[in-house]
Amino acid sequence: MTALRELNALMRLYAQQFRTTFASMVQYRASLFIWMISQVLEPLVYLVVWSTVSNSSGGSVGGYTARGFAAYYLTLMLVNQVTYTWIMWEYEYRVRQGFLSFALLKPVHPIHSDISDNLSSKIITLPILVFVAGSLALIFRPTAELTWWAVLAFIPSLTLAFLVRFLVEWSLAMAAFWITRVNAINQVYFTLMLFLAGRIAPLSLFPRWLQITADILPFRWMLGFPVELVLGRLTPTQVLIGLAAQAAWVIISLVIIRVIWRAGVRVYSAVGA
Amino acid sequence: MTEPAIHLKELCKIFRVPERESGLSAAIKSVFHRKMQEVKAVDGVTFDVSPGEIVGFLGPNGAGKTTTLKMLSGLLHPSGGEGRVLGFVPWKREHAFLRQITLVMGQRNQLAWDIPAADSFELNRVIYRLPPEGFRRSLKELTELLELGPLLKKPVRNLSLGERMKCEIAGALLHSPQVVFLDEPTIGLDVTMQRRIRSFITEYNQRSGATVLLTSHYMADVAALCKRVIVIHHGRLLFDGDLASLIQEFTAHKTIVVQLEDCQADLHAYGEVINCEDGRFTIRVPKETTARVTEKLLANLPVIDLLVEDPPIEEVIDQVFTQETA
Repeated sequence: MTALRELNALMRLYAQQFRTTFASMVQYRASLFIWMISQVLEPLVYLVVWSTVSNSSGGSVGGYTARGFAAYYLTLMLVNQVTYTWIMWEYEYRVRQGFLSFALLKPVHPIHSDISDNLSSKIITLPILVFVAGSLALIFRPTAELTWWAVLAFIPSLTLAFLVRFLVEWSLAMAAFWITRVNAINQVYFTLMLFLAGRIAPLSLFPRWLQITADILPFRWMLGFPVELVLGRLTPTQVLIGLAAQAAWVIISLVIIRVIWRAGVRVYSAVGA
Repeated sequence: MTEPAIHLKELCKIFRVPERESGLSAAIKSVFHRKMQEVKAVDGVTFDVSPGEIVGFLGPNGAGKTTTLKMLSGLLHPSGGEGRVLGFVPWKREHAFLRQITLVMGQRNQLAWDIPAADSFELNRVIYRLPPEGFRRSLKELTELLELGPLLKKPVRNLSLGERMKCEIAGALLHSPQVVFLDEPTIGLDVTMQRRIRSFITEYNQRSGATVLLTSHYMADVAALCKRVIVIHHGRLLFDGDLASLIQEFTAHKTIVVQLEDCQADLHAYGEVINCEDGRFTIRVPKETTARVTEKLLANLPVIDLLVEDPPIEEVIDQVFTQETA
């Protein structure tokens, strides 16, 4: 009963946050547009590079043809759009400028506002990105072997990918409680992400040891895994292991958030909010 | 006796701040060895506030006023002592506690910048889980009291400082908190707006019966709002009592205003002449001689009018602080 009421209250919060985020976002149409360009540009550049490589090396690299790369990168573009967060950039500002104080005065954990704000802005921007990716598909003509079970499994894997990325980045963002300049950490994180999430190249193109590293770390489960899954490049066993790994990372990061958040707020409230 | 709304006993807050001399070599040294200095922001403060009281919290910059308010609203962990607000330990930040208090910081904005205040209010409605009728009622009441009407529909960034403050206050009170902490609510506002906010606070306190603890630089705020004042300086409590006795206790002087025909007369024999305008002399005399001087003035001079006043409260407070340092 209480749990249900809690859930209901959270749903209301999410719905209202959507309205607020929407209202804020339409105020900044220009910056929204510029930012979307960058979301499109990165995968597009890699797509062009890898298609060229694949064409010049006999039509295929590591099992990817030019059109295979097109499928990979256009899907990646969408998965990245769904899963990405900006929390690591924002947290430092929040802590240093004392804006966290307002969140601490509210009778709700601030992570809820962050999740709902993130989801809201995705709902608004995703249709545009789908349209862009669709238009690019007409040019690059992607091919993939879609199976019904892979498409079905894609939905939970995408949801989990969002959660893993959001929760891991929220955990790391809390470093701002202890370190005044977190940019260095962010830089390391994003570099690792570039290689180990399958952004710079599909992970199957990397040497074995790097693939194992990617399996152990959370990055692949945030981005590369759902892409490989939906394009039919994984066996059912690999898919199940992947989903389990995602679930594990969700649990691990939730535990970390619980512990670190308490300690972080103590530090924040010790030095002056 | 009812339980106090706010109770603090020997509350302390010590900040550890890195200490460093200026200059490059000191900067390099500080990389390897950080000298920390302890700053006692609040140093054993004890007082109780009854439900429904409005209490003014006075002190110069850095006296520890804001630090105390932040501890009481749960934003800061104290280094020692006890604190209870509505029976809760504030820094545990239980949701049941947070739903019943509010903190308004005059120098900070919590309303979202890009959207109208009405939208932020809606968000507060769901965060505080307010029933729709209750929310509508308190929004209507606050809109009337603060004359918010058209302001609610404009993006917050397009509002003037005073208009924004009114919206901030409304947003902070939508959930009808029982304890209201106001940290410099009138800072930077013009006199008219200050007066408006003041009369609102009085009105709100009477209507809702909420306990109000407020800090301000402007003595007029305190004089208008609070019967009781608490003065702190260097983190210590200097005075706790009503405003009238603060003036009694800390003023050695009274001001006598005498209306004569013109400014020709020499009144130096009676006391310290502060100024004279159109025959209106202002003289400062030691408190204990007031009666005697008044008598002499009336006997020796063609007095048209005479008035004995307490010095302005700014002067009193100034005296309180200088006495402490002396």
